[in-house]
Amino acid sequence: MDLSNFLLMRHEISLVALFVLLLGYDLFASDNAKKHFQLVACLLFAVHTLVGFCPAATGEVFGGMYVTNNMHLLVKNILNIGVLLVFLQTNAWLQTPNTVVKRGEFFMLTIFTLFGMYLMISSGHFLLFYIGLETASIPLATLAAFDKYRHNSAEAGAKYVLMAAFSSGVMLFGISLLYGATGALYFSDIAPKIVSNPMTILGMVFFLAGMFFKISLVPFHLWTADVYEGAPTPVTAYLSVVSKGAAVFVLSILAFHVFTNLAVEWKLIFQWIIVITITAGNLFAVRQNNIKRFLAFSSISQAGYIVLGVLAGSAFGMATIVYYILAYLFSNIAAFGVIASIEAKTGKLNISDYNGLYQTNPKLSLTLVLALFSLGGIPIFVGFFSKFFIFFAAAEAGYYVIVFIALLNTIISLYYYLLPIKAMLINKNDSPIEAFKTDGYNRISLTLCVIGIVLVGLISPIFHYIEKLSAGM
Amino acid sequence: MNFLSLFVLIPLLMMLALLPCKSMKQIRGVMVAGASALLAGAVALLIAFMWERNAGNTAEMLFTASELWFAPMNIHYAVGVDGISVAMLLLSSVIVFTGVFASWTMQPLTKEFFLWYLLLSTGVFGFFISVDLFTMFMFYEVALIPMYLLIGIWGSGKKEYSAMKLTLMLMGGSAFLLIGILGIYFNSGPAGEQTMNILEIAKHYIPVSAQLWLFPITFLGFGVLGALFPFHTWSPDGHASAPTAVSMLHAGVLMKLGGYGCFRVAIFLMPEAAHELGWIFVILTTISVLYGAFGAIVQTDLKYINAYSSVSHCGLVLFAILFLTQTSMTGAVMQMLSHGLMTALFFALIGMIYGRTHTRDIREMGGLMKVMPFLAVCYVIAGLASLGLPGLSGFVSEMSIFFGAFQKGASLFRRALTVAACASIVVTAVYILRVVGKILYGGVQNNEHLTLKDATWYEKISLTTLIVCIAAIGIAPLWLSDLIRESFLAFKRGVLFL
Repeated sequence: MDLSNFLLMRHEISLVALFVLLLGYDLFASDNAKKHFQLVACLLFAVHTLVGFCPAATGEVFGGMYVTNNMHLLVKNILNIGVLLVFLQTNAWLQTPNTVVKRGEFFMLTIFTLFGMYLMISSGHFLLFYIGLETASIPLATLAAFDKYRHNSAEAGAKYVLMAAFSSGVMLFGISLLYGATGALYFSDIAPKIVSNPMTILGMVFFLAGMFFKISLVPFHLWTADVYEGAPTPVTAYLSVVSKGAAVFVLSILAFHVFTNLAVEWKLIFQWIIVITITAGNLFAVRQNNIKRFLAFSSISQAGYIVLGVLAGSAFGMATIVYYILAYLFSNIAAFGVIASIEAKTGKLNISDYNGLYQTNPKLSLTLVLALFSLGGIPIFVGFFSKFFIFFAAAEAGYYVIVFIALLNTIISLYYYLLPIKAMLINKNDSPIEAFKTDGYNRISLTLCVIGIVLVGLISPIFHYIEKLSAGM
Repeated sequence: MNFLSLFVLIPLLMMLALLPCKSMKQIRGVMVAGASALLAGAVALLIAFMWERNAGNTAEMLFTASELWFAPMNIHYAVGVDGISVAMLLLSSVIVFTGVFASWTMQPLTKEFFLWYLLLSTGVFGFFISVDLFTMFMFYEVALIPMYLLIGIWGSGKKEYSAMKLTLMLMGGSAFLLIGILGIYFNSGPAGEQTMNILEIAKHYIPVSAQLWLFPITFLGFGVLGALFPFHTWSPDGHASAPTAVSMLHAGVLMKLGGYGCFRVAIFLMPEAAHELGWIFVILTTISVLYGAFGAIVQTDLKYINAYSSVSHCGLVLFAILFLTQTSMTGAVMQMLSHGLMTALFFALIGMIYGRTHTRDIREMGGLMKVMPFLAVCYVIAGLASLGLPGLSGFVSEMSIFFGAFQKGASLFRRALTVAACASIVVTAVYILRVVGKILYGGVQNNEHLTLKDATWYEKISLTTLIVCIAAIGIAPLWLSDLIRESFLAFKRGVLFL
């Protein structure tokens, strides 16, 4: 191994460099110079995102502990886009007096969790995977509790850290059982050695339970609504999109490449989990009035749809998962961006507060309409394509019944996605949220999201590219 | 780029052109120009199509073009038309054109109204030109969602309830449909040669075992949109709550998506299963026909009367295509056209009458013939077309349907149901004449109605166009059956034409 091998970890190195730069800026710049923190952080991260798209070498480092290929790079790039969009939405929130003093910490903590997710994605060994997972989880709890003066933010942080610790414990137990059964921790070593016996199945079930906590699949979802509601809105956006996307991708890699021999068993588990998740998430979402809780339950059911791609168990299934993550990223971040800007302006978070929003803020409400249409799977928005592809992959594997149940659930989901739309466009309100201008950063973010929602689906080469990469996995 | 794509592009361009519009005048200008362009395009297409046919081109679909879109799933943006699609495109463009004039004074949020209206039209046109199952499904859904907003924002009565009910029920139909489409795709050939292109699939055989589960769900999926009993309940509420132009487009065209889809996907691709399992749906559609007709008798709201009448007439379309004879199929296509035109005429008239009297309750109206003779005469014409008077379109279509259904070779069971469905004609006469007698003749019920004005010039354009089309089909139906004759060549496959 020579030093040039380190360049395989270019994404990680660039991220750490970014972290150090921001840390230095936060520590040593004068208060006056720190006025531009938002701009500097966003610009630097944009550079990092763009650099990520340059072609990079692929291979292994540390004897196979760290693996990178084009698919990993693509997922990291997608996560980068998500994080950049979230960063752009934070300006209004970070300007508030309570948070402005520690805005540097927000960026650094977020970057650190992203670093953890990079490691998770690229891991070829359970140890590195676990380190990545913890690196991603613990700062997230801090982020959820960022508005600590609000009691439900503090509650969200506490809940998240407890749940994360618990799920990590369960997962570690699963890993140790697998180690006991196979004597290996490298993914490539474990895969051929796993045979279907009670011990490996138990190990896999514990491991998957830990993963399901991260992805918030029913019945491991109980933390989701409270954490999403309590955490600051940009953090919720980050949690629901980036963190979830990374975890689902890793889950699909592990299911396909580590638990290959237990496919019969995990497919059975996944079928039930998917059906329960989609249905329960949808039914709970119908009854929510707080829009963040509403999106929390919607994101639970969306996670169920993504996992449908894992169930497909094919390279094509993996392509649909990555594509779904991309689609979900634009749609959900757009929704959270609108919510964040309204929250920062008025503090209102109930769906009924949105009544008559179209009269006063047509652009914001149209953005939210597009985002919700896309989440509901309405053409020509990207959510339609991603849902169709996921269903296609699952039907290819023969799961017609599951696809049908998922499709019936899209009707329920359409019902509740139409509720905020109805509030904004149809309901009358004597005192709607007054007209205001969103700050420039958020406008850039929302514009990018809208472009993504409208164009990513129609431009088929994007899907072709993902599909080509997944074929090599 | 095939010129059929213009039918999708023109509405989209119109939407772009609407965006900078400031005044009502500009909006009307864009809408009239665009809608006329669509109408002209449809007529040009009709002529070009007939020209090709007369020149001896007997291919199933003409003007086909195909662009690869999503390679891994073999999804193409594929377009092409046969006689039925040409007829449907013509119908759609007529309705869109007249709908613009019927919503001449649309308030409030005029621009938004027309934007959604155009999006709906885009979906409709796209659906009729598609020969790829994926794009067909996509356009179908594009047409559904604007309905929610059009009814929810600009509707009347219990509009939110109706809009939600309509959207969710039609989405339910599309859930069945998507499963059907995926099933068709994966059964359309050996792995690697599977396709979403309808013409390709029709050349292969879908195995009969697969057809037996795919046919019912695709027929059901499209049937929901065609108001198949017991999934018709969205239709009366939806029609009654929608604003005039949307009711017209909805009853006139959108419900035809159901009939067209049932034919193009369910029957065209899976005739063996249609032969085998058709009887289930024949029963359901017979119930639709009779239930709709009897439902219309007891209603007192004008829009509900026509909505139930639509259930009955659209039921007849589905009924006819299930008989798989050339005569009944031709009748079905004619019925789609005929019902589309006359129901649009009805809803336009009801909207205009309601705009003047502010009531749709037939008990509160009377003697309108004296007050607004033009509208009243149009109403009588629409009514006569609906109950099947010779010389108007309804007669031709219903005759063909029942002739085709009763034809030699039909089983006793099917003949019995045909007789039952035939009875709906009598019931239709009852509810039509009841309304005509009640609101048009007799003494004026409400003295305030005496001061009402007759139709304005833009209303006259809308009504006259529709009446001319109805009469054209009624007086000279032969060109229509010529137009669609080759569409049934696909049925040469053997089992058919019982």
